[in-house]
Amino acid sequence: MTTPAPSPSTPKLPVSLAANPVLSSWVRFSPEGHVMVSPGKVEIGQGIVTALAQIAADELDVDIGRVQMVRASTAASPNEGVTSGSLSVQQSGRAIRQVCAEVRHIFLKLASDRLGVGITALEIDDGTISGPGNIRTSYWELADDVSLDRDATPGAVAKPSTQRTVAGSSVQRLDIPDKVFARRRFLHDSPLPGMLHGRVLRSEFSAAKLVDMPEDRARAIPGLVAIVRDGNFAGVVSETEDGAEAALKALRKGAAWSASESLPDEDRLAEWLKAQPAESTLIDKKTASPSGEKKRTIRRQYSRPYLAHASIAPSCAMAQWTGDRVHVWSHSQGVYFLRADLALVLKLPLENITVEHMEGAGCYGHNAADDVALDAVLLAKAAGGRPVRVQWSREDEMSHAPFGAAMAIEIEADLDAQGEIVGWRHSIWGNGHTARPGRAAQPALLAATELADPFPRMISTNPPQANGGGGDRNSIPLYDFPSWTIESHRLTTMPIRTSALRTLGAQGNVFAIESFLDELATERGEDPVAFRLRHLSDERARDVIKSVARRANWKPDQQTGVGHGLGFARYKNTGAYCAVVAEIEGTEDIRVKRLTIAVDVGETINPDGVINQIEGGAIQATSWVLKERVRFDRQRITSNTWTSYPILRFSEVPEVQVEIIQRPDSEPVGAGEAAHGPVTAAIANAVFDALGVRVRNLPITRDSLIAAMELSS
Amino acid sequence: MQRIRFRLNGVETDVDADPDRSLLDILRGHFGMTGPHFGCGANECGACNVIVGDHAVAACDTPLWSVADKDITTIEGLGSAEKPHPLQRAFIAEQALQCGYCVSGILMSAAALLMQNPNPAGKDVRAALDRNLCRCGSHNRMVKAVLRAAAEMAAR
Repeated sequence: MTTPAPSPSTPKLPVSLAANPVLSSWVRFSPEGHVMVSPGKVEIGQGIVTALAQIAADELDVDIGRVQMVRASTAASPNEGVTSGSLSVQQSGRAIRQVCAEVRHIFLKLASDRLGVGITALEIDDGTISGPGNIRTSYWELADDVSLDRDATPGAVAKPSTQRTVAGSSVQRLDIPDKVFARRRFLHDSPLPGMLHGRVLRSEFSAAKLVDMPEDRARAIPGLVAIVRDGNFAGVVSETEDGAEAALKALRKGAAWSASESLPDEDRLAEWLKAQPAESTLIDKKTASPSGEKKRTIRRQYSRPYLAHASIAPSCAMAQWTGDRVHVWSHSQGVYFLRADLALVLKLPLENITVEHMEGAGCYGHNAADDVALDAVLLAKAAGGRPVRVQWSREDEMSHAPFGAAMAIEIEADLDAQGEIVGWRHSIWGNGHTARPGRAAQPALLAATELADPFPRMISTNPPQANGGGGDRNSIPLYDFPSWTIESHRLTTMPIRTSALRTLGAQGNVFAIESFLDELATERGEDPVAFRLRHLSDERARDVIKSVARRANWKPDQQTGVGHGLGFARYKNTGAYCAVVAEIEGTEDIRVKRLTIAVDVGETINPDGVINQIEGGAIQATSWVLKERVRFDRQRITSNTWTSYPILRFSEVPEVQVEIIQRPDSEPVGAGEAAHGPVTAAIANAVFDALGVRVRNLPITRDSLIAAMELSS
Repeated sequence: MQRIRFRLNGVETDVDADPDRSLLDILRGHFGMTGPHFGCGANECGACNVIVGDHAVAACDTPLWSVADKDITTIEGLGSAEKPHPLQRAFIAEQALQCGYCVSGILMSAAALLMQNPNPAGKDVRAALDRNLCRCGSHNRMVKAVLRAAAEMAAR
């Protein structure tokens, strides 16, 4: 969310800083000549650590090479909640900028006293503070005489945008050399001294009961340290990874599971979603005397399937007990939230648990990172104080981690005699989009539901609209329609586990709105760009659409088997503006040839970082649209390999062109989720342009094209 | 148990192990080489790719016995910060990754391609990397980086 700029009379601290006001918890100067910057947000492959280092380097006037970014840990870091929702630059970035501005001022003031010259006569170059007549000192010389163990004050003023030199430039990412030279950086690659290996036994059935588990075969495997069983939770601990795998295999062979809960019919998903018990919420209502009289109503239904996070790395964690205290290494997006859930399960005070972040593969939301941390903690209880590393299998990652929720979306438009929109209704059915840890009185972790004394499965909820919404994210039109009613029906049953996946409901809602607008424009014989511009007064929105149309030479001449489509959204209605033109080809198997994108993220901290995020989001969205659908029968998730859950490959990836619209004086907002909705809609609209077939149920595959053709004939 | 000999990153090496164990397990578990990454265990993602002879193979799906007397190159043997391979330099120059978990396998597929075809076109690179999965969507940057490395190597 963009917070309005504070007025000069009532300055306020940025939200993350208000929650963690002590300056030294964010920034320290090390005796070795470094600046230690300690954000509460974590690196998940999005380059955030580099962007935050740029902000600090700029505000303190130090070389970025001196900035060392400290990994988040509940032992010391500011609590910034979860790294999600494209909020890290907004929240952590603002806090760090504010902290560094104040720290800079504190040091300048002390230097001024020591050197006997006014503050305005001093300047800072790479941390050296100098003034007239070759007088000089530095942050590090003064550091011992300054206590930063004090609360931030709202008065500190950061540099104007024109004086920033590091923020705003494409600094190379700090983490990339380690990854290219395979230096140990991932949690997966960082063994601890004396470390053991654990594996958890899980049934392919959903919520199955473990009836019988003979142990003799597993006991015979060399290196076995322990077999752990607590209700339906079971696992092994071994001296070696190979031994853990072998013992797990032996356990699995003998294990008997009882019948599990029933899953929905995957071929009638939208009907199923609309028939479930649900909590209905009026998300927004706009009333105005309509400019014209309603003559007819058009109604369309759109849907998207469950989507898997499908990280390239299976989730992994390490845990080590010392007495009744446990230390956990995790690639969770929220170390404090994970700690809160672990405390609930273990019935321990928070201070007995430390959760330290280490990087994992890109997660794109709430995957199994938190689940595997509890697995490691439970197995490590049997390790006699030695650390235990637990890694999930590919199959478990693709079937037991939470999924992005399936959605059914119905939109109705009332049209007047001229075909102008005079009323608009948007309704969403689906499970909630968040069951993250640390937010409720019950834990959200998988193993918590499997223990002999189990916790219930947490039913996903939706964040409120003020935080961007969940299933309803981006459901409120940015367009100037005279009236609308937006409703969300959140399911209160959850046979298939859902939680946060990149964009939450925004991808589905933008797909629906932008497809429907295209249908309405087509019906009127109006150009889709002109139609949208006619309904948009927001200048930044108009600019991205006009820019992308110009860059894509909208609209190229019609060619057989080739189509062009437009999609637009402002992420969460408060974040980045993004407009996309998709060019597709094909008649049976759709290939996306090119995506032309214009984006406005306000102030751009790292232009290449923004382009990287937009490109990546666009390619991932293309994969969702053309390939992805979690498959299941009535008892189990069946898409548990890369063969049964294919994602886009190198030969299928479109060319992506990104243009950034510069807004150096607007609040910086995240880029990671801006492209998914607009890309989805642009591809669907391009398919219609090429083939005259409107696919309203994702993904757009040969099968769904045939189904859509049958429906329209 | 059996003694298997091979050359690992140019060094004559042997290991006493069950010959059916996967090469990935031997590299990570026995030699502590954590560059090749576990992704699926089924030769479906390429995160564990290494070069055997002059071909990229999935180490998770390569039994130890099959590499007897062969040359094995892992990412650790490709180059280092002090002596980077042109591919590593190019991946940094192009900022050709996001999370980077897939990248050690992708670098090995790309290195094998350049051994066989020093002057690839874009489509050759895409074909050579088609069995490597990337979830972050860094594909186009990676292709650009491989072409950049090829050009640099050709200019030498």
